Amino acid sequence: MAETKTDNKMTVVALVENEPGVLNRIASMFRRRAFNIDSLTVGRTHRPHISRMTIRVVAGPEYAMKIATNLQKLVNVIDVRVLDNEPHIERDLALIKVRNDDADSRNTITEICDRYPARIVDVGPEVAIIEMVGTETILEAFIEEVKPTGIVEMIRTGVVSMGRGTRIHDTNFINRRALVEAASKARSGNGRLV
Amino acid sequence: MRLKGSEIIMECLLKEGVHVMFGYPGGAILPTYDAMAKYDDRLHHVLVRHEQGASHMADGYARATGEVGVCIATSGPGATNLVTGLATAMMDSSPIVAITGQVPIPAIGSDAFQETDVTGVTLPVTKHNYLVTDVRDLAYTIKEAFYIARTGRPGPVLVDVPKDVQIAETEFIYPETDIVLPGYHPPSTAREHEVEGALRLIAEAERPIILAGHGIMMSGAMGEVRELAERAQIPATLTLLGKGALPEEHPLVIGMMGMHGEACSNHAIQEADLLIALGMRFDDRVTGNLKTYAVNARKIHIDIDRSEINKNVKADVGIAGDLKTVLNQLLPKLERKSHPEWIGRIRDWQEDSSERDILNYETPGKLLTAQVINDIWRITGGDAITVTDVGQHQMLEAQYYPHQRPATLLTSGGLGTMGFGFPAAIGAKFGKPDEEIWAIVGDGGFQMTLCEMATAVQENANVNIAIINNNFLGMVRQWQELFFEKRYQATPMVNPDFCKLADAYGIPNRLVTQREQVEDAVEYARSIDGPTLIEFVVEKEEMVYPMVPAGADLHDMKRRPKPGEA
Ligand SMILES: Cc1ncc(C[n+]2csc(CCOP(=O)(O)OP(=O)(O)O)c2C)c(N)n1
Repeated sequence: MAETKTDNKMTVVALVENEPGVLNRIASMFRRRAFNIDSLTVGRTHRPHISRMTIRVVAGPEYAMKIATNLQKLVNVIDVRVLDNEPHIERDLALIKVRNDDADSRNTITEICDRYPARIVDVGPEVAIIEMVGTETILEAFIEEVKPTGIVEMIRTGVVSMGRGTRIHDTNFINRRALVEAASKARSGNGRLV
Repeated sequence: MRLKGSEIIMECLLKEGVHVMFGYPGGAILPTYDAMAKYDDRLHHVLVRHEQGASHMADGYARATGEVGVCIATSGPGATNLVTGLATAMMDSSPIVAITGQVPIPAIGSDAFQETDVTGVTLPVTKHNYLVTDVRDLAYTIKEAFYIARTGRPGPVLVDVPKDVQIAETEFIYPETDIVLPGYHPPSTAREHEVEGALRLIAEAERPIILAGHGIMMSGAMGEVRELAERAQIPATLTLLGKGALPEEHPLVIGMMGMHGEACSNHAIQEADLLIALGMRFDDRVTGNLKTYAVNARKIHIDIDRSEINKNVKADVGIAGDLKTVLNQLLPKLERKSHPEWIGRIRDWQEDSSERDILNYETPGKLLTAQVINDIWRITGGDAITVTDVGQHQMLEAQYYPHQRPATLLTSGGLGTMGFGFPAAIGAKFGKPDEEIWAIVGDGGFQMTLCEMATAVQENANVNIAIINNNFLGMVRQWQELFFEKRYQATPMVNPDFCKLADAYGIPNRLVTQREQVEDAVEYARSIDGPTLIEFVVEKEEMVYPMVPAGADLHDMKRRPKPGEA
């Protein structure tokens, strides 16, 4: 799917140290600066000591820059990018529990799911769970369509994003104690660091 | 070398060049106090009377020296008492490291006796903080703490150390290598196009003005800023914390800006066609109403904190970098210029101001704060380190004590913390033992931390306390007079006899009620090697002019009526 900007939201992506309290620091900064966050997701990366956050804000580029510069000030935040200037992929995932207790709703739901990248992942006599993955815009369109049949429960993960192409957003940082211990192993015989 | 955590803390402080720490003991920090004895000859501990005092002393030490100040407290109430001092240091970018005891790791989260989530509480008022959960992390964490506190935009860093981590032993390795913090890279140089952009704006300007802030001194860029001003003949106005960045007697320096700044500075900002903001952050107390602020001017903003650029005032050229480095990129290409007409206009505004100067009024039989402060300035040759509290006396010190050298006015600007002045002065004395130190405080603020008189006596700290006693919370009274129809709710003060109080602490003192007594009392205080106190009983209902009411346009100042106009 080629992503074009369809809304007034900005995406900020941050690589952060995977340490206790880091999310708290970031949340505290957002609250203190009264930044209005639309969604915030954190997840692991392929590096054990690095987590990655995707932050969506309803705002213009200037506001996103303010968020980025304030994020960058936090010691545990390694690298920040405002993604909207580059082509990127974004995905949001929803689990949606819907009523499924008559043939009509069963048919409607199957029909809607066929037209979207959605799957029915659990079916019972009264309710079914749909898993839907897509851009935020498509997800929202899907939810609007499903609504009339009766959503009884729903959770969204929030948007995760990644820039396209070879401009890689990564860091080769390993954790700090490892750094210090590596340095101390390199000590010379007289107890001095080399 | 195998050491206990407590000893590692001491060793690390020594490695960081610390000679003095300000603190107060308690259960959770006791192992560290026990270890202190062994280091007593190299690391002096100052026992304060309230942990808030310790935090302000560390701050005063840091502001006076530019080095990191250290304070220590126990868990729970000890640590929470530091919070005001941390917030004060945070707002004014003052480098301090606070070390706090914490309950043992197994007790964390159990509401144990004197347990407080100190890293949680201090998160928004520190540049960074740590809870050390493994003694092997202690040494490099302390090293990081000092590094973070003093580099980039300086600020307070807190290290919370559980009691069992203080007791545990490990091999002591002080990382002699550079600190590697993947997410911490203070900016330093400007890009070429930014330098070109700044030069172009300066070349095109006809009415430029430099806004000189605290960052100039933190970057050590006093010489560069002066060269910029002189070479392009640009007048400079100072923020409160920028006082000392340029000598105030310099003909291009036109005094403080902002709410109680010089009228000429505020007019000049509003009329300028270029602001060159150096190491300052456009606080609301210096801008007034942002919508009407310097609307005719383009703006160059240089600050080490990228998030300050475009925060309050949009910059035409915004440069995140170390000021000294950036100015050294810029100066070689700077053309000589002159702005005689512009400077002439500023001189006219200055003329008008001096006609309204309270010192030029006939005030027979009255003792005014401005007179007291100006006399102290004269008698000390303008060369003392003055440390103020917060209120009218603070603004009047800024107006009537011109400073020639960097870091000679220490004051709580960003947070406006009453109670800061006196303990910060004690801290400054430890940092600058050979300098003459004056704590200029109000009767209100002094009472917030006056318990530190005992500390000053115990340490024989040679600090001269000048209490400006108007028997009011003067600055609040001023607002009540101007904006609340003189309803003096909760501002009149029934005060103790400050001289008797000083007697009780064993501090030599004088009472001054007449202008004629000022000189003698000030000289008396200067002659004594140790703390002294002078109580100046001044007029009860003075006003600080000019005043830009909060949120008003910067040029919309309340002025003192000229003689004959009133
Ligand atoms: C801790 C704290 N509480 C309250 C205030 C609000 N405040 C600002 S100035 C002021 C009055 C200060 O009175 P005083 O210390 O007597 O000094 P003066 O203004 O009379 O010179 C007050 C209450 C403050 N700045 N700090």
